[in-house]
Amino acid sequence: MSYFRVENLSLSFGGVHAINDLSFVVSQREIFAIIGPNGAGKTSVFNVVTRVFSANNGRVIFDGRDITDTPRHRIVDCGIARTFQNIELFEGASVIDNLLLGCHRFPYGNLVAELCWLPGIRRVEAEARAKVEEIIDFLELAPYRTHIVSALPYGVRKVVELGRALATQPRLLLLDEPASGLNPEEARDLAFWIDDIRSDLGITVVMIEHDMSLVAEAADRVMCMNAGQLLAIGSVSEVQSNPDVVAAYLGT
Amino acid sequence: MRFDYDTSYADPQRLLRYRSQWIAYGTLVLALIAAPWVLPPYYVGELNYLFIVSIASLALMILTGYTGQVSLGHAAFMAIGAYAHAWFLNNGLGFIASILCASALTAAVGLVIGLPAIRVSGLYLAMITLAGALVTEQIIGRWKDVTGGYSGLSVPAPIVFGFDFGSLRAFYFLCLFVLVLVLSGLLNLMRGRTGRAFVGVRDSEAAAYTLGIWVGGHKVLAFVISAFVTGIAGALLAHHLQFLTPDGFGLTLSMELVLMVVIGGLGSLRGAVFGAVLIGLLPTLISKIKPALPASIATQFGLETFVFGLILALFVMFEPAGLNGRWIKLKVLLQNFPLYRRNTFRRGKVYMHSERYR
Repeated sequence: MSYFRVENLSLSFGGVHAINDLSFVVSQREIFAIIGPNGAGKTSVFNVVTRVFSANNGRVIFDGRDITDTPRHRIVDCGIARTFQNIELFEGASVIDNLLLGCHRFPYGNLVAELCWLPGIRRVEAEARAKVEEIIDFLELAPYRTHIVSALPYGVRKVVELGRALATQPRLLLLDEPASGLNPEEARDLAFWIDDIRSDLGITVVMIEHDMSLVAEAADRVMCMNAGQLLAIGSVSEVQSNPDVVAAYLGT
Repeated sequence: MRFDYDTSYADPQRLLRYRSQWIAYGTLVLALIAAPWVLPPYYVGELNYLFIVSIASLALMILTGYTGQVSLGHAAFMAIGAYAHAWFLNNGLGFIASILCASALTAAVGLVIGLPAIRVSGLYLAMITLAGALVTEQIIGRWKDVTGGYSGLSVPAPIVFGFDFGSLRAFYFLCLFVLVLVLSGLLNLMRGRTGRAFVGVRDSEAAAYTLGIWVGGHKVLAFVISAFVTGIAGALLAHHLQFLTPDGFGLTLSMELVLMVVIGGLGSLRGAVFGAVLIGLLPTLISKIKPALPASIATQFGLETFVFGLILALFVMFEPAGLNGRWIKLKVLLQNFPLYRRNTFRRGKVYMHSERYR
């Protein structure tokens, strides 16, 4: 039934209502796109789900569990990973270390074992590395494995960030404008990867995206937001032809 | 040229991978073991001091270089370590128990000073640590019953398992042993999960949260680890100085420690040692050069401070990656000798970072 559900969500900063009584439902293994003009509150939805902001009102439910008040660093343990609009990678670390940080949440030894680099730690490190190598294969990042992130081109950084989110082994992936700044070829690769993420890894994807060709190619359903409110929800063609959506984008 | 060719997942994390590294570090260790018999006693004392400040510099590197938190108060942690160690020794504790208790006490103080780090960062955190350092200095100066105040406190000789390490040569090996112990512990920590999490907290807090890193906890943990190690350095410094007064642990020492990590190169343990060696040796170097300078400059007050400042300015302008950055460039140049490109280390474009999620 409803796998990921947002109910009557409201978020305001003083007098600005970023999200206003928003409700939507995403079913399991669905690719769900959120579109809308700038300032519509799309990223705010992600920020409330990942607990950057606390909602003024409403609930977020994932897989039968209310995550509205989960501490910010525990969200990932619920199986939710996200990427950021303006890449938030660890610039000073290598691609491998960035991806290994995605495995941070998995069980590890205690501090003393780490200080002594005991065999147990070495084994866990090798296991984490093996998981990361699968992601490197999947996203074709092998040429950049040991590169420092700050030396990589923008398009590759986007993919590394996607890889890092996948390394947490999520069940729900929130992508904030995954195609912004990518060239058409990279955007096409991305569409295939998003589809693979769903069909091969069984991950539910919610993405904010402006590139309508990518949305049309990858998404099952689309939600359009404007001024913090839901404008339309449905298949890509339905939403695209909705008069309210057209009005929001072109102005009346 | 050398290419990294990994045959197992453990390979890239190995500390000494190549025969050349074994040879280089083996030679260094042998040279350090031979040093007390080769060098005149004055320089052995200097080396002792270098080992001790290297430990403190490594500690600050964990905090500033890896976790991105500036502390201007590390001299206070050294002072607490030194005084606590002297007090525990005077009150009948053995050397090992005393140094561990002193470091644990320093770590506890580090925890208290580090707690505000959950909420504040950057300049404000620097101010808090600075305030902590000033308060500590005053407390040590006033609390005469325990610290001896400004008239000082004498430190008993280090006796470990009945062996007196008070002689210059024995103390040299004690310091070297502790340095190697601390260095290997921190190397292990930094190549594993905790080290990566520290770097994560430094580079992007927003992303660190989404990966399940408890940012506040790691910031405080960095403070505690750093304070603990600085406490060890302070305890050894107590034996090196043999007589403790509060003004030995003032702002100058804190500044020197910050200089060490910045000039050494933030984010590298090797850099911390390089920085400690350079800054630790500078006063000696200056006093050696002084006779050759014209009298009007040589007798100038504050010559040392001026040279410290000049070196820092030059590094910030021309080599922000510090001594370690220069070292890596030199190594790459030699490894790829005919094929080196000037732009290999040109810094890439920094894309916009969102500050709003902090």
